[in-house]
Amino acid sequence: MANSDDTSTATTDPTPDGADFHDREPLIKGNLSFHDVTEIVAKHTEKQTPLAWYLAFTVASSMALMLVLMLAYQVWNGVGVWGNNQPVGWGWPIVNFVFWVGIGHAGTLISAILFLFRQRWRTSINRAAEAMTLFAVMCALIFPTFHVGRVWAIYWTLPIPNQMEMWPQFKSPLLWDVFAVSSYFLVSLVFWYIGLVPDLATLRDRTNKFFRQKVLAFFSLGWTGANRHWRNYEKAYLLLAGLATPLVLSVHSVVSFDFAVSVLPGWHTTIFPPYFVAGAIFSGFAMVVTLMVIARKIYGLENLITIDHLEKMNIIILVTGTIVGFAYITEFFMAWYSGVEYEQYAFLNRAFGPYAWAYWIMMSCNLISPQLFWSKKLRRSIPVMFTLSIVVNIGMWFERFVITITSLHRDFLPSSWGYFEPTWVDILTFVGSFGLFFTLFLLFLRFVPMVAIAEVKGVMPEADPHFYEEGDGRPAGANVPYIQPAEEASDRPETGETRRGTEPTG
Amino acid sequence: MLDELTTEVKASMGIYESDAEQVYGLLAEFSNPGELMHAAEATREKGYRHFDAHSPFPIHGMDRAMGLGNSKVGFFAFGGGVTGLATGYLLQWWTSAVDYPINISGKPFFAVEPSVPIMFELTILFAAFGAVAGMLALNGLPRPYNPLFYSDRFRRATDDGFFLHVAASDPQFDPETTAQDLRELGARHVELVQDDGSAEV
Repeated sequence: MANSDDTSTATTDPTPDGADFHDREPLIKGNLSFHDVTEIVAKHTEKQTPLAWYLAFTVASSMALMLVLMLAYQVWNGVGVWGNNQPVGWGWPIVNFVFWVGIGHAGTLISAILFLFRQRWRTSINRAAEAMTLFAVMCALIFPTFHVGRVWAIYWTLPIPNQMEMWPQFKSPLLWDVFAVSSYFLVSLVFWYIGLVPDLATLRDRTNKFFRQKVLAFFSLGWTGANRHWRNYEKAYLLLAGLATPLVLSVHSVVSFDFAVSVLPGWHTTIFPPYFVAGAIFSGFAMVVTLMVIARKIYGLENLITIDHLEKMNIIILVTGTIVGFAYITEFFMAWYSGVEYEQYAFLNRAFGPYAWAYWIMMSCNLISPQLFWSKKLRRSIPVMFTLSIVVNIGMWFERFVITITSLHRDFLPSSWGYFEPTWVDILTFVGSFGLFFTLFLLFLRFVPMVAIAEVKGVMPEADPHFYEEGDGRPAGANVPYIQPAEEASDRPETGETRRGTEPTG
Repeated sequence: MLDELTTEVKASMGIYESDAEQVYGLLAEFSNPGELMHAAEATREKGYRHFDAHSPFPIHGMDRAMGLGNSKVGFFAFGGGVTGLATGYLLQWWTSAVDYPINISGKPFFAVEPSVPIMFELTILFAAFGAVAGMLALNGLPRPYNPLFYSDRFRRATDDGFFLHVAASDPQFDPETTAQDLRELGARHVELVQDDGSAEV
């Protein structure tokens, strides 16, 4: 009757039970109990709003308002208010689009790929990183939307039946982009929300305020932490991670197709998809480090987001930065090896032409500066990593600038060569997009649990049921079965009688 | 027959029916995940079927302890993925080769190769929606009303409380003996939850 072998199958919990489990450093510092973890995270959504938050929000939302005004100005007057002009038809809007989409890669990478690789340290940072992803993708989507010039016709990019009886041109990489980025946004949103449900239930159960409780009850869907629910929940979460992994890799690949599928020297290279993906991870992690260094300090999360977490992110920055730098050099080799005169000129012009300053900013920020992280001391130093994370994102913005502008500004017809310069509208629109990003992020910090409470509890050693049996108060190794045979439990007086059961299990 | 089936399906979602006296079930609190898991295992061994463990995080090994099989969410995700793939294919084929063919540089009206990115994206999108919709359907969520919410103590189930709920709809359920069983399993606290809004010790 109670033979568990008949009914059991593999569990979906990605807890690794390696032989070295006992030797592992705890991920969460400060000897916290489950309740402490809830308290540390939840109190920031429950306390009175601090004055500093209002100040920061005022600044950020003013900048966001500026974005709205700039976009209105652009819609009223046309794309001519930007610096885009022949031959540089893709100016800052596309640079900014790729920049923001790139930043939006870290969140889902942390949630999905690190989940599949069983990197349990991700639990402390995944919530904030996913939120950052969503906000960055929103900022990104603004630019191509308004770059089309007639923003009221943007729905033509979607397959919606219309009075012209025309359909979008599905052979265009720009349309692939519409599908890739919007699918990415929707899947990331769903992934983020599903992760939030247990934590919203935690907040719901802590409050006695009527309105707050009703809102939280609505969004937490009546979650009670039932194991029958956790079972399907974990499976769904695993599947979402498995689906989001190829998705996150595909999104920036498709973004790179916007360039690579053209026949323009400097864009038309097969290296673009992997190189763009590495760059996206690189810039996204840098942005996560920038935000987390500030947030963990202000919100007192040093025990949850420890220096070890930051160090691991810095290692990823080092690895991806070096991949990106290697790709820069490979591009040069390919240009030389292709024997195509135009291709070779495009690259020499990049490094030594009128935009050489931008090229060398890119090289020093993206390839050279992350090499500092080879030193353990430097990658564990908060001021160093904070500065470097900003340097990296400056460098990554310049990478997109170099790719877009330098390839376009000298086309096949020397009479149309020119030097692209942005206008004040370009600059204020870009600054305004940061305003939107920080406005949304501040709202997130204020109203949503910024660390995944349930997931963090799940990686604490106390969460392992065997923690209480092994005697040494440490989690079990791989050789301990999850269900102890009934005989072995006879030393547990309070449960021994019932645990004998009708027949031994296991 | 159909009623029984509905009851069992709802029970698999964690939705149980109250008995004639409006009793929803017994809620027992345990001190830690280890005790909860053993209690769940012992409850199953005693022959109970309508019971559930509530914890602030998923407990590794609890599915096996409760005798639950593999989750069925994967089928929903697969169905979603197939739907997405078919949608991506048919959408691009029908719009560009059937409904309004446009000759561009003599390229074929429809070919699989340039259609791959959108087919891929829609596969992922629909599979993700399938996984989430399947998870919600199998869990019977959203569920705004749950008699367990009448228990004040149960609020800790999302913080640091570990609860075992044995439903009154279980054929073996008896308020007295089941409570005694739960106490023997080491429950720190046992209360009777009623559907009319009370939870008593």
